[in-house]
This record gives sequence, C-alpha cells and structure tokens, in this order.
Amino acid sequence: MKMLATALAALAMSATHLSAAEIEPANWDAVLEDATGETVYWNAWGGSENINAYIGWVGDELRERYGVKLVHVKLDDTANAVASVVTEKAAGKNENGAIDLIWINGENFASMKRQGLLFGPDWAQKLPNWQYVDAETKPTITTDFTIPTDGMESPWGMAKLVFFHDSARTGASDLPDSADELLQWAKANPGRFSYPQPPDFIGSTFLKQVLSEKTADPQKLLQPVKAGEFAAVTKPLFDYLDDLHPHLWRSAKAFPKDYPSMSQLLADGELDITFAFNPAEASAAIANDLLPDTVRSFTFSGGTLSNTHFVAIPYNAAAKAGALVTANFLLSPEAQARKQDPNVWGDPTVLAIEKLSGEDRARFAELDLGIATLKPEQLGPTLPEPHPSWMAMVEEEWAARYGVAN
Amino acid sequence: MLRFAPGIAIALLALPVIGGLAGTILPAFGYLPALGGGELSLEPFMTVLGQPGLLRSSLIALAAGVVTAAISIVLVALFVGGWSETRTFHFIQSLVSPLLAVPHAAAAFGLAFMIAPSGFLARLVSPWATGWERPPDWLIVNDPLGLSFMAGLIVKEVPFLLLMTLAALPQVPLSASNRLAASLGYGRVAGFLFTTWPAIYRQIRLAVFAVIAFASSAVEVAYILGPTTPAALPVRLVEWMNDPDLSSRFMASAGAVLQLGITLAALLIWLALEKLCGMTMMHFCEQGRRYRSDRLLRLAALVLIALTALIVFGGLAVLALWSVSGLWQFPDVLPDALSLRGWMQTLPRIGNPLVTTVTVGLASTLLSTLIVIGSLASGQRDGNGTRWKLFFLYLPLLVPQAGFVFGLKLFLTHGGVGATWAALVLVHTVFVLPYIFLSLSAPWRAFDTRYEAIAAGLGKSGWTTLLVIRLPMLSRAILVACAVGFAVSVGQYLPTVLIGAGRLVTITTEAVALGAGGNRRVIGIYAFLQMLLPFLGFAFAAVVPTLLFRNRRAMKIA
Amino acid sequence: MPDETTAGLRLDAVRIRLDGRELVAVDSRVRPGETLTVMGPSGSGKSTLLAYVGGFLDPVFAGEGRVICGGRDIANFPAQERHAGILFQDPLLFPHMSVGGNLVFAMPGTIAGKPARRARAEAALADVGLEGFYDRDPDTLSGGQKARVALARVLLAEPNFLLLDEPFSKLDMQLRGQIRTLVFERARRSRLPVILVTHDEADASAAGGDVIEIG
Repeated sequence: MKMLATALAALAMSATHLSAAEIEPANWDAVLEDATGETVYWNAWGGSENINAYIGWVGDELRERYGVKLVHVKLDDTANAVASVVTEKAAGKNENGAIDLIWINGENFASMKRQGLLFGPDWAQKLPNWQYVDAETKPTITTDFTIPTDGMESPWGMAKLVFFHDSARTGASDLPDSADELLQWAKANPGRFSYPQPPDFIGSTFLKQVLSEKTADPQKLLQPVKAGEFAAVTKPLFDYLDDLHPHLWRSAKAFPKDYPSMSQLLADGELDITFAFNPAEASAAIANDLLPDTVRSFTFSGGTLSNTHFVAIPYNAAAKAGALVTANFLLSPEAQARKQDPNVWGDPTVLAIEKLSGEDRARFAELDLGIATLKPEQLGPTLPEPHPSWMAMVEEEWAARYGVAN
Repeated sequence: MLRFAPGIAIALLALPVIGGLAGTILPAFGYLPALGGGELSLEPFMTVLGQPGLLRSSLIALAAGVVTAAISIVLVALFVGGWSETRTFHFIQSLVSPLLAVPHAAAAFGLAFMIAPSGFLARLVSPWATGWERPPDWLIVNDPLGLSFMAGLIVKEVPFLLLMTLAALPQVPLSASNRLAASLGYGRVAGFLFTTWPAIYRQIRLAVFAVIAFASSAVEVAYILGPTTPAALPVRLVEWMNDPDLSSRFMASAGAVLQLGITLAALLIWLALEKLCGMTMMHFCEQGRRYRSDRLLRLAALVLIALTALIVFGGLAVLALWSVSGLWQFPDVLPDALSLRGWMQTLPRIGNPLVTTVTVGLASTLLSTLIVIGSLASGQRDGNGTRWKLFFLYLPLLVPQAGFVFGLKLFLTHGGVGATWAALVLVHTVFVLPYIFLSLSAPWRAFDTRYEAIAAGLGKSGWTTLLVIRLPMLSRAILVACAVGFAVSVGQYLPTVLIGAGRLVTITTEAVALGAGGNRRVIGIYAFLQMLLPFLGFAFAAVVPTLLFRNRRAMKIA
Repeated sequence: MPDETTAGLRLDAVRIRLDGRELVAVDSRVRPGETLTVMGPSGSGKSTLLAYVGGFLDPVFAGEGRVICGGRDIANFPAQERHAGILFQDPLLFPHMSVGGNLVFAMPGTIAGKPARRARAEAALADVGLEGFYDRDPDTLSGGQKARVALARVLLAEPNFLLLDEPFSKLDMQLRGQIRTLVFERARRSRLPVILVTHDEADASAAGGDVIEIG
C-alpha cells in the first residue's frame, strides 16, 4: 500500500511539474500551471517612470490572472543584465539564474545569442498570442538588426526614429527633412542640436541614420562588416560629422548623456531639435509636465530607422514558465493597447490590427495618440537597421575620432 | 573573546578584497576560463593602453584625487586655524553632520542644477541682468578640465575632513597652543599652522588617504559632473565592465588594474607633497615672521567653507523644489505649477527598497561597530596594532570599487552564495567598517585611561569597566561613528547592484537607475529620500546622548 | 597569620627600567596607616612606581620585583584583583554618573540591595562633609568637593592600600592642607598603607613617613 501511494505521488508530481529542461511552450496548459506561484525577475531599463508604471500594471495583472509574481529589476543599462548572465555562466550556474526575462534588442541580443546565453530556440512563435503579431508587414519582428531572432525573443513594441521640436521657438517650415538639411540647419542655428554620446543607444541610432542615408551602397550595411571595406563605406558618415560637430551644442566638447537628458535640454531651451525612438514620446512627456505642449514631431521623408524591441529569456532562468506567461501577456491586445496610450507610455504595437477581434480593434481605435504624435500614415518610410557588427566598429571609430574632443 | 575581534575584522575586510582583487587581476592577465581565457598574457593591457584618450582619462582621475584633497585640506586647516574656539566655529561644526549625510550623487545633482547654464543661478539673473531668453551655450557642467567635477568632490570632502579634524582636536592642546602662539605675537592662522596643525594632520592622515583614494576612483560624481570627452577613467571602467561584447571583460580588468595604479600614484604624489609642505612650513616657521595680518585670509576661509555648505544645501533645496514641480522652464526662477504627481507615483513603490536600505544599513553598522569596539578594546591590551593591521583595514577604501566588486561577485557565485540579505550585509560591512574605525579610533584613544585604572583599582573586571565606564563615556563618539557608517551603507551603489543582483534593491540603486532617465523630478525625489535616511541617523546620534545625559553637564561636550 | 611583620605593603627589589636604563629602585616596607613618600623632579618616573604597584604600568617600561600585600605577592595579579585605591591629580569622577552613582559603583558586591547601598554611600558622603550630595551632577562640584568625593569613592571600595599620584597639586593652597589632612586621617583610621608620589615638600612632611628620592 505504501509503495502504491509513493508511486502515485511521484507520478502526480512529475505530471504537474515540468523540470526546467522540459518547458514546452506548445503545451500551454502545463506552462500555465507551472507558472503559478513563480516569481519572475524581469530586468528592464528603469529610467522612465512611465514605463516603470506600465510594468507595475503588468505585474498586477499577472498576479491576478495567473498567480505569477513579477519583480521589475530596474537597470540603467541592459548591458548590466548581459554581464550578469555572463558571470553566472562563468561560475557554472546553469540553473536557477537570477534573471528570468530581459528587455532587449540589437547588439545585446546578438551578443547573447552568439554566446549561447538564451533559452530557445523557437519559443516565441509558440506563444498563444503570437497569432496576432504582425510578422508579415514588420520584418524587424523576426529579424533583429539583421540577426534572425529564431524565436529566441518575443516582440514587445515598435520603434521608429522621430524628431521633435518646440513649435513655439522653431517654425515647421524651417525644419530639416534629411541628414543633409539637418547639417544646414545646424550651421544656421549653432549650439541648438546634439545627439547623445555613443555608445548610448539613441546616439548610435543617429549615427546609423546618417550612415544609412549617406553611404553609397546601403545594402552593404545589411551584411556583416568586412575589414577592408569599413573605411570606404563609412567615410561619408565621418565627413558629415567632421562638418557638423563645430556647430553642435557645446561645440561637441560634451554630449547629452541619453534621450531623457536631451528631452530636458529641449524643455530648458538649450536644444531646438531632439529625437527618440518612440513616436509618442513627446505626447507622453507633455502629459507628464516634462515638455511644454507646443512640442511637435516630424520625420524625414526619405525614411528613418525602425526596429522592434523584444523580451528574451536567459538559458539558465529559474522561472522559465512564468517568463513565458509574462511574454505572452505582453503580446495580448489589452496590454499592447494600453502600452500604446500616450497617457501611459505611447510605445507602438507589434500586433496587426486586422488580426484582432472587433472588441480589441476598438481598443486601438479609441486611443488618442496625443497632439505631438504623428499618425501612423505620417510616419514615413522605414529604413532597416544595419548589421550589429557595423555599429560596433562605428562606435569604436567615433570614440577614436571624437571621444577626445579636448 | 575580545582577542578574536581584530582577527575577525581583518578576515572580514581582507578576504573579500583579496578575493575580489584576484577575480579582477587574473582576468587582467588573460586568465578567465569561463570566457575562454586559459593562459596568462599581456594582451588585455595592450588593448586598454590602446584606448583613445586613455592618458587624458587617467590624468583626470589622478588630478581629481590629488587636487581636491589638497584644496579641501587647505580649506579645513585655514578654517580651523582661523576660527577655532569661536561661536562661528561651533555653528559650522553643527552643519558637518547634515552635510555628511548627503550622498555624493545627490550633492552632485544639486550642484549641477545650480551651476548649469539653464540652472538655478542662471535663472536668478535672467533675463533681467544678462538678457538671456535662452540659456547660453557654455560648457560648465562636464567641463573638459573637470573643474565642476572637482567642485562636486570638494563640497563633500570638506565636511568629512572637518569631522575627522574635530575628532582629533581633543588630543591636541589647542587652546593652550593658541594662547601661546598669540602671546608670542603670531597671527591666529600662522600660529595654528606652526604649532598645532602638524599634530592634527598626523591624526587625520589616514582619512586624507581615504579621501584621495575615493576621489581618484569615484564613479557617480564623475558621471554626473565630470568631463565626457573623454570621461574620467573610473566611468570608462564601468562602461568597459558592462560592455555587451563579453570578450572585452579582459580589457576591463586590465583597466581596473590601471585604476589601482592611478590611485597608488595619487597617494605617492601626495606623500611627496607632504614632504614638500613640511619643508616649506619649516622654512617659513624659522624665518620668524609673525603673519599677523591674516584677517582677509580668515574671512576667505570662512566664506569658502560657508559656500560649500550653501552649495550642498542650496542644491538640495532646488532638487526638493524640482520634486514637486510641474513644468519648469528657463528662465523661470520658480516653477509654474506645483504638483505632487511625482511623489504619488513614487511613494507606493519605495516600500521594499526602503526596508532593504534600512535593515542592511543597521545590520552592517551594528556588526561593524561591534567588531571595531572589540578591536580597539583588545588593541589596548596588546599595545596598539601594528601597521599592517591598519593596512588591511583601509584596503577596501584604497582599492577602487569597480576594480574588485566584480571579481568579488565571481568569487561569491563560485562559492554558491546567491543574492541573499546576509551576503549583502557582509559586503556592506566591508566598506562600513573602515569608516567607523576612522571615526571612532581618535576619540577612543583620546579617552583618559586613568578612569579605567581607577575602576580596576575599585576591583571592577575588564568587561565591567568597558561596559559601564568607557562605552557610556564614549557614547556620543560611538553614535556619531555609527551614523557615519550608516550613511556609508545607504550610499553604496556598485556593491549593492552587483551583489544584490536586482533582488535586493536600495534607495540608492533605485536613484541611480532612475537618474539614468534624466528626469529632474524623479532625481529630486530620490535625492531627497537618499539624504533623509543618513540625516535621521545623525539626528539620532545628536539627540540620544543629549537625552540620556541631560543631567550631566560634562557629557555635553563632544 | 598577619602580624606586625607581614601586615602592610612590602616592595621587594622593585626595579623599573626604560630601554635598559633603571628609573626606579625600591626596597621598602609601608606599615598600615603609614605613608611612603616618593619624591623626585618631573619626568623622573616616580609615577611608574605607582603604576607598577597598581597594575597599570605602560608596556614600554620593564618592571620587576615583588609587591607583597597581605602575605601574597600581587605583582603578577591583574589590576582588578589588587584592590588598590588610586587617587590621581584630577578627581576623575565618572561624568555620566551622579555623585552617589560614583560611590555606589565603587562598593563591593557584598553589600546588596539598593537601599543598603544608598545608605552606605550617603554615610560616606556625610563622613567627608558632603551630606545630601548624592544626586548631584559631579561636574557642578567645586574642586575641593570633587576631591572629597574621590576620596570617599576610593575608601568605599575597601582597598588594601592607597596609591596617591600627586593628588593635591591641582588644589589651591588653602584646600590643599584641608584635603591632605582628610586623606591621611582616613588612611590612618582605616589602617591602609599609602604610597604618595609628590614633588611638594609640604606633602612629604604632612605624610610623616619614610621618604624616597628618585631621579
């Protein structure tokens, strides 16, 4: 009798508890059951109170609906999380890692994928909410800076490079429409434009934008960089910067630290033009009394960079099931719609509106995207992100040329 | 049992530092098996030396270490010399503790807001005096020479060195010397510098070394106020450590070793400066000139000291204003509208970090104080500690944090120690202990041992004498030392972030993570919270002895 | 069995050296109630003799020799087992305790119970002319009053002998005589051997015992 009970107990336990190695997203019910009671440590940039509040809401919903406890580990740089997983791997900690979910894309993703630090492949497409994702018209959802995601990261939001200005100070007709026009504008308005110092993400984005516009053969940027051609391909970029820097804010002897610092400078009147990856950034800032309500957006008619940002799961995460449930919830129409509301965050959705049910479609239709936000039709064409290897070398070259400006 | 206290202290301090150093030095020479580095080589050093602007970055760090310490110590010496035993002195003395309570980052943010072209000072005079409708394009904050960076360091170094000096004063015959020098015809400042200062300096020397080490390797202040093209070495070090290109970890470790070299170089330069100053002073001393007309010098010293206090408090006031402001644009001196939105968003989320900060702070302070008191008490018996004991004590202060905390994390992870509260307390203790020792050792040694001889003669055991006589009589000094330790624990960033691994979050880690967002309102709120806790500690240290000994006049004096 | 030859304090071949140089050499006996006066100029090391006998000699000095008290050599005993009553130049009343607290602290544990201890302390205060001073803050007393409290404190501990390190030198002329008389009188009454270190001739003559010159 005792043996039977023990055997039954063992059977029951193995049926309800999947070991870490056996998490199978396709078996969603098992994942849900496993996730209940787990604590998910989500490492995500914490520099914006809006985003932190949104993540807080996600945590509340997860606890109510799935019994998952979400802890937002605030980073000031995603690279810190990568460094953490590296350390754990170095110490041989292949299970029960400290990080369950990372908000990630681009270089960081490429690095983790290359080093074998990610869970997967092929879990993202198996999430129930993947059916709504707009993988067809948004190629950046499956290709992150030219690196295939292989289902190792789940899309969360869209990003498009958009510029902002204060219409009370700068008239719309004076605004530049391309990198070259921006150079002319800077010469006419010295000290009123700058970009964050690379390797800050937004700063590097500016360099990428100029590079994509000015290089002779943009197709080359989609391939990994080859040693011999770097100088030739990037020459137009560095010529442009040599021309631009004397007219920048602080004459390029100092640069803003990151996007929010730039935004503060716009509010203070030190900068006239800033830019960000979130088209609704200005509206959100206005709603939070961080920018005056005369700020408006504009973009380049030739196209600006666009990409997707994701969440990924480290290979040694302790709460993989909980992380999967979280990633799935982030893809839900309700969460995506709330995220796109500028009063909350304003970050664009990765979902295809046509795939949604009527009720969910209405959620999106009702959103007031904000007075400073360009409508999706006005955002202009998208330029693809270059291969990460280009940026690594561009950042190095930038540091060598301009990192010592004194 | 007390016998073991020094041993415990050394183990607690030396092991993490040595373990951490090993975890940093080995990769610097190419040895980190987990990342494929199997053999020793000098390549990481080659790589780091090839980084652009490295010399400049190193010089900034070196200069910051030596110059700020020099200016601070001169200021403190002139101030104490010119104003000791006056009412003004007592007033400034009472400001020292609150100034110490302000974390470096908060003070730096406050200073930045004051002096930036779009900052408070500019707004006060615009547009009526300057005609500015928009802020001028001046490079003040993040200036290339690092002047605002050094200012940010000095405003925190001065109160610290002043505190150390005040602790050393009871051990020197200050009033007698002052009167003697005056009777010989010397001016106040000159008399003080010639007669009393050398003795005081000898007491606070180690504190000065700690200041130099900190200034040459500080990350937060350099990040906020320091030059950016190129940045000071410590800032670049942290960037390299966090580079997503994981193979650059080797170069980063080599950089950490370089940082260590810079700190050592700064200390060596300082030793040379000490000799030089000593000789110069002797020369002037022997000349016999009286330097009586020092009124201007005294005034300047007072003004500058008051200025440091004003900058810190003023900066904090502006930060506090930012925390409750709506949109506040240049050139408005006051915000258009006040709003509690920031506070309401933040308060619900600070419960956890607050609890962690306070519990870790109290625990590490308590642990450190017990060990320090034990070491000091047992040290008395054996004749005070040999020099190498002191060296181990100051090791955590002299080795740059960015250098060994990463190695320490590797060490701990290998040992299977996760992100537990106990591990965090232990690591905080490593940094808190030296400061408590620094604060407490002078008053401890200044204690008149004849009291203990009397107690022994009365037949009281060593323990009784310690608990009933020495500790109560030193209670004020002990509580101040605890307040300093608590403040140090509250302000720890890098160790908490790495060892806590995000599971254990303190007010300071939240502040920096949010400060990364550049939102001044948020910065203001967290700076205020960051400051509140240590301030409460100092208030406690001031109030409790006063209450306990309200009927004892002799206990009212420091 | 204590008799005239073993009672009191005996210093047998006591030598105190600093860096090999001999500072103090004493072979002497102090009978109960009598005083041995040690005289010498400042810096001659006379206080080190007291420190050696009391058990708190600074480690830089090398001390040897027997100190026999009540038939036992106490030279190797820890300070708290020697029961030496010490009076320094400064009264050194514990500032965080009241006057009465200082006295009660000095009492041996054999006197139990708060009321008993308090009564004892108050009696001691009355004995030195400070009746009613039990709850006073020591810092509010005059120099002479503090000296009396220090004396009362030392006597309450029932010491085996007294060590006086120039205890009168900080008092003004008038007080000096009074306190001096009080101290010696009490020492005689309690039949305590006393070692007095001083540079004042008047102290030596008031003590009335043997005088040793050092340095």
